[in-house]
Amino acid sequence: MKTFRMGGVHPEENKISNDAAIEVMPVGKQMVVLMNQHLGAPATPIVQKGDKVKVGQLIGEAQTFMCANVHSPVSGTVLKVEPCKDAFGLAKPAVYINVEGDEWMETIDRTPDIKRECTLEPKEIVAKLKEMGIVGLGGATFPAHIKYSIPEGKTAEYLIINAAECEPYLTSDYRVMMEHAEEVCIGVSILRKALGVPNAYIGIESNKPLAIKKMQETAKEFEGIIIEPLKVKYPQGAEKQLINAVTGRRVGSGKLPIDSGCVVSNLGTAFAVYEAIQKNKPLIENILTVTGKELPSQHNYIVRIGTTYNEIIAHSIGQLPETTGKVISGGTMMGKAVVNLDAPTVKGNSSVLVIGEKEAHRNPETACIRCGKCANACPMGLEPYLFSLLVKNNRVEEAKEHNILDCIECGCCFFSCPANKPLTDEIRLGKNKVRAMMAAKK
Amino acid sequence: MTHDILIAVLILGALGVLFAVVLYIVAQKFKVIEDPLIDEVAEVLPGANCGGCGKAGCRAFAEACVAQGNMEGLRCAPGGDAVMAKIGQLLGCTVEQGEPQVAVVRCHPANCGEKRRSNYDGLKSCAFANTVYTGENGCPFGCLGCGDCVAACQFDAIHMGPDGVPVVDADKCTACGACAKACPRRVIELRNKGKKERRVYVSCVNKEKGAVAMKTCANACIGCGKCAKVCPMEAITVADNLSYIDYKKCIACRKCVTECPTKAIKDVGFPAPAVKPAPKPVEAPAAENVEIPVAEKVEVKN
Repeated sequence: MKTFRMGGVHPEENKISNDAAIEVMPVGKQMVVLMNQHLGAPATPIVQKGDKVKVGQLIGEAQTFMCANVHSPVSGTVLKVEPCKDAFGLAKPAVYINVEGDEWMETIDRTPDIKRECTLEPKEIVAKLKEMGIVGLGGATFPAHIKYSIPEGKTAEYLIINAAECEPYLTSDYRVMMEHAEEVCIGVSILRKALGVPNAYIGIESNKPLAIKKMQETAKEFEGIIIEPLKVKYPQGAEKQLINAVTGRRVGSGKLPIDSGCVVSNLGTAFAVYEAIQKNKPLIENILTVTGKELPSQHNYIVRIGTTYNEIIAHSIGQLPETTGKVISGGTMMGKAVVNLDAPTVKGNSSVLVIGEKEAHRNPETACIRCGKCANACPMGLEPYLFSLLVKNNRVEEAKEHNILDCIECGCCFFSCPANKPLTDEIRLGKNKVRAMMAAKK
Repeated sequence: MTHDILIAVLILGALGVLFAVVLYIVAQKFKVIEDPLIDEVAEVLPGANCGGCGKAGCRAFAEACVAQGNMEGLRCAPGGDAVMAKIGQLLGCTVEQGEPQVAVVRCHPANCGEKRRSNYDGLKSCAFANTVYTGENGCPFGCLGCGDCVAACQFDAIHMGPDGVPVVDADKCTACGACAKACPRRVIELRNKGKKERRVYVSCVNKEKGAVAMKTCANACIGCGKCAKVCPMEAITVADNLSYIDYKKCIACRKCVTECPTKAIKDVGFPAPAVKPAPKPVEAPAAENVEIPVAEKVEVKN
C-alpha cells in the first residue's frame, strides 16, 4: 500500500461520527457572511443596507487576483455591512442578512437528478469556478480558479484528489463519499477535463474500507479515475505528502505542486465543483462534522455558511457539556481553537470538535532531551528542535537557511515530543519572523 | 660547541630582525586611523548595548557621535543627561537637556481577570499569540500578557503584574524602548516622566467603536471626546475612537481624569486623594483589592 516516505505519526483516529448520515441544518434568523472566507484579500461587498438578496446571489465580488466571490447563503434583506468578529475574535468585513423565506436564484438547479455530461471547455470551467466562488475545502481555502489556471510553461500530469481525511475525528469527506460518490466522480471528471490530464487519482486512507469499495465501484463507470488506497499515517492528506505517496515524486523546497506536474484538490472541493458546474450552485454550504467523545450524539451536517457556532451547537447537542475544554474548528492536529462561538462559519470549515478538558489540556513544557523524535516524525525532513532554539534566540537568518519555510505546520513534532515543547507554535512564530525579515529586505 | 651556539643565536636574531621589518611595513601600510575620541566616548557610555538609540550598540553610537561632531538627534536614553553632558564635554559641544522618559503600559489590568473569555495555553510569546487570537479578554488591541516586553528588558525594569499586565519599575526604567519595540500591539509607549514624576495618560489603545470596546473592557477608551473638550492645553486628540494625550503639552491638571466616563485615563505619581501622602509601602495591599487600591499601587511603582 502506498504512503509517503518520510516521518509521520499515528494519532488516535476517533472517527466516531462515521455512521451519522448527513443531515440538513435549518437556516437561522440572521446570517453573517464574512467577506474573506478564502486565502487572500477580502471580497468587496456589492450590496447595501436594505437590499433584497436571494440564495446564491453574488454579494461579495473578487476584485483582486488572490480573491474569491462570496454569495448569499440565504434569502432576505441586508441589515448592514460592517465588520464582524470571526472565530478568533478578529474583526473582518461582513454582510449581515435578515432571513426571509428561502427563495433561490432561478439559475440554480435544485432537482435531485444527477447530471453527468459537461459540455464546457476547460477555460469555461475555470471561469465558472471563479464565478461560483469555489475555494479549496481542504482547509487552506485557496481559490480554485487560480489553482486550475496552470501558469505558462508548466504542465499538469497528475490530478490528485485528497480523500485521505487523515485528521482525527473528521468524517465529513467519508460521508460525502458514502452518500454522493457519483457526484464526486463527476466533479473529478470535470476537474480532469479542466486540466487536460489523462488520469485522476483519489487517495483514500485504508481505514475507510467501505468508502474505498464504494468509490471503486462508482469509478468503474468513469474514465480515468483511479482509486488509490493509502496507508493509515498522519499527514497522509497533506498536499506534498499525498503527491509523494501517489506519484513517488517530491516537491522541492519552496516549490509548488505544479512544479512537479501535480494538482491536488480536496474531495469536498470536487463535490462543490460538481454542484457549481452542473447545478449552477455557488459555494454557499459546508459539510461539517459535529463530534466529540463527551457529546451525547455525533452528527454530520450540511450547513449554510454564516451559521454561527452557537447555532450549530444548539441544534445538534443543545449545549456544550460542562467538561468542555476546547471547541476546535478543523481536526485535532491542525485545527484552531475557536475563541468566539458567536462567530459565523466560513467556507472550508469542516468540523466543530468539542474536546473535553482532559484531552485538551496541554502538559507543562520541560527541557528538550535531544531525543530527535521530532526530526523523525517530521514529514518534511526538517529539524524542529533546531528551529525551536533558533527562533528563541532570534537567529532568523539561520532558521531560514534550514528551510523553516518548508514546514507545513502539520503538528507531528509537537505530537511526538516527550518534553511537550510547543514546537509547532515556535516554528509558526519563526516563519512569521522569517517572512517579516524577507519583507523588510525587499 | 661555542660555534654552534653562535650560529643558532645569529640565525634567530636575523629572523627576528626580518620579521620586525615585515611587521613594521605591514603595520604602516594597513594602518587604521581611528579618532581616539571614539574610545573616550565609548568609555563614558553605559555599555549595555540596548540599542535604544537606534544604533547597533554603544560603540556604534560613539562612532556616530564623533562622526557627526555634535549631539543633534543623538541621545543615550539609559545614560540620561549626565552621560550626555560628559559626551558634550568630550566633543566640545552643547547638549540639549532632554526630558527624562519612562515606559508606560497603556492597558488596564483590573478587568482582564473578570472578563476572561478564553484560556490561552499555547506558546508563551506575545508575537505568536497576536497571530492566533485576540487575547484572553477578547480585546484585539490590548495587552496579551505573555511577557515579550519582560524578556526584552535588559534593565530588569518591567515585570508581569498580578493581573497579567506588565508593570514598569520607573526607577530602573532607562527608556531605551526595547519593550515598546517587542510589544506586537504597541501597547507600551515612551512618555515624559513629568514634573515630580506626575503624569497623566490614556491607559487604553482600543480603536473599536465605543459600544464594542465597552463590551470587552469596562475601562476602555470609547472615544467620546469629553477629555478633549475639558483640556485647557488642547493636548488631547481623539482619532479612531481613541483619545491620546500629548505628553509635551499636558500640564497634568487632571481635569480629564475626573471627566472620563470609563476611567480609562490614569494619573500616576499624584498624592492619594484621601489623607495619606503618595509614597506608601507597596507590599501590603494585595491584588484582591478592587479598583482604586490597584491604581494606587501602580502609581507608586510606575
